Amino acid sequence: MDWTFLAEVATALAPGIPLTLELAAIAVVSGFLLAAPLAFAAVHGGSVGRGIAAAYVFVFRGSPLLVQIFLIYYGLGQFRPFWQQVGLWGVMREPWWCAILALTLNTAAYGSEVLRGALLSVPHGQIEAARACGMSGPLLLRRIVAPIALRAALPGYGNEIVLMVKGTALASVITLMEVTGIAGKLIAETFRAVEVFVVAGAIYLAINVVLTRAIAALETRLMRHHLPFEPPEPAGDITHG
Amino acid sequence: MTEAVADYLTLVGFGPTGWGAALLAATATTLAVAATGFVLGIAIGVAVAAAKCSGSTPLRLAGDAYTTVLRGVPDLLVIYLFYFGGSAALGAIGGLFGAEGFVGMPAFATGAAAIGVVSGAYQAEVLRGAWYAVSRGEIEAARSVGMRGATLLRRIVAPLVLRHALPGLGNTWQLVLKESALVSVTGLVELLRQAQVGAGSTRRPFEFYVTALAIYLAITWVSSRLTGRLERRAMRGVRRAAP
Repeated sequence: MDWTFLAEVATALAPGIPLTLELAAIAVVSGFLLAAPLAFAAVHGGSVGRGIAAAYVFVFRGSPLLVQIFLIYYGLGQFRPFWQQVGLWGVMREPWWCAILALTLNTAAYGSEVLRGALLSVPHGQIEAARACGMSGPLLLRRIVAPIALRAALPGYGNEIVLMVKGTALASVITLMEVTGIAGKLIAETFRAVEVFVVAGAIYLAINVVLTRAIAALETRLMRHHLPFEPPEPAGDITHG
Repeated sequence: MTEAVADYLTLVGFGPTGWGAALLAATATTLAVAATGFVLGIAIGVAVAAAKCSGSTPLRLAGDAYTTVLRGVPDLLVIYLFYFGGSAALGAIGGLFGAEGFVGMPAFATGAAAIGVVSGAYQAEVLRGAWYAVSRGEIEAARSVGMRGATLLRRIVAPLVLRHALPGLGNTWQLVLKESALVSVTGLVELLRQAQVGAGSTRRPFEFYVTALAIYLAITWVSSRLTGRLERRAMRGVRRAAP
């Protein structure tokens, strides 16, 4: 291994890290905001809501993310007069916005499936109990359903967040210079694919390790009440003497 | 409206100015590169799963490292590694024989290899889970009637592992199919690359990318129907808890 070259690669790739994190963070947050109503529609939306949610999930999970990115960036760009009319051309011609849009729509499809399973896992008795003491509507959702469902969704959603971090790599194909974009350029220029791969891969692994650790910590925190009961230390001398 | 539809159908149809034949051929390439990568991935998956389940610590650590790295790094990076790394290696070999300059890797082989290496990491996990789900009693029973080695593997272990692995393998197949779109960056004329070419030469990207999207959806839909049937077939005679 050529350590000086590795160090050079690391210096070259570092400026791409903020963009990678930014794309992933915005997509995960806005994707969640879209996934929650989708999951709710899939569970409580009747046949219309279920149909819409199922069609959405089918389209965005059944096709490659890269095709979705191209369709949004190049395909929708074809209707320039329309976007200009509605005042959105400034958004639709920007690769950054198109990447955000594609990643958000994509992760919302996967996320809504995770949340749907979580909503279904809320024990019926708990809802009944809440209803029995007069709770209904948003209060029931906020106090009972959401906390239980989110706890159940966390491990699955954690996987989805890691997948999104990897998914941001595709933004490089529409000219965004995040970590993979810079890495691809470096490889094409230097032909030292292995070294660049090692450094870029290490960056993604580091991000994902931090993320999975954080999610696991959050999970343990939310599961406090499930931890085995620890009896308090008995007072006084416990040695049999 | 009907005019627009007729216009679209001419564009992607099979007429003299239509792109239908090209898109169809590219779909075949997509299926071929995905299937090759998937089969390669199963072979790698079996080896890695065996390493992770083996008693040997170095083998287990190597298997863990493999699955961690390849599941944690963007697939696009792996494709770049194979494409440019392979070309550099070929160039170096060519240099020994006096050839000069860039030697391009065969795009199909590169794509299939990259897909295989990545999907192998996912398949290893699927197969490992399936192996743990096989009840030890069945293997003991087979051993007790004197079955060993290849016969035990073929008659007992493989069918049982496969039964538990099928849903996961179906998922990885869909993953591989979608991942194959990334191979377009190496210039292999698969479905997405062909759509890019059509979009570029007609300046109608929307129609081409929508068509590509629809073809991918059709393939994944048919795949999930087929794997569902396979799963039901594999589960014959298994009593399940009432839903």
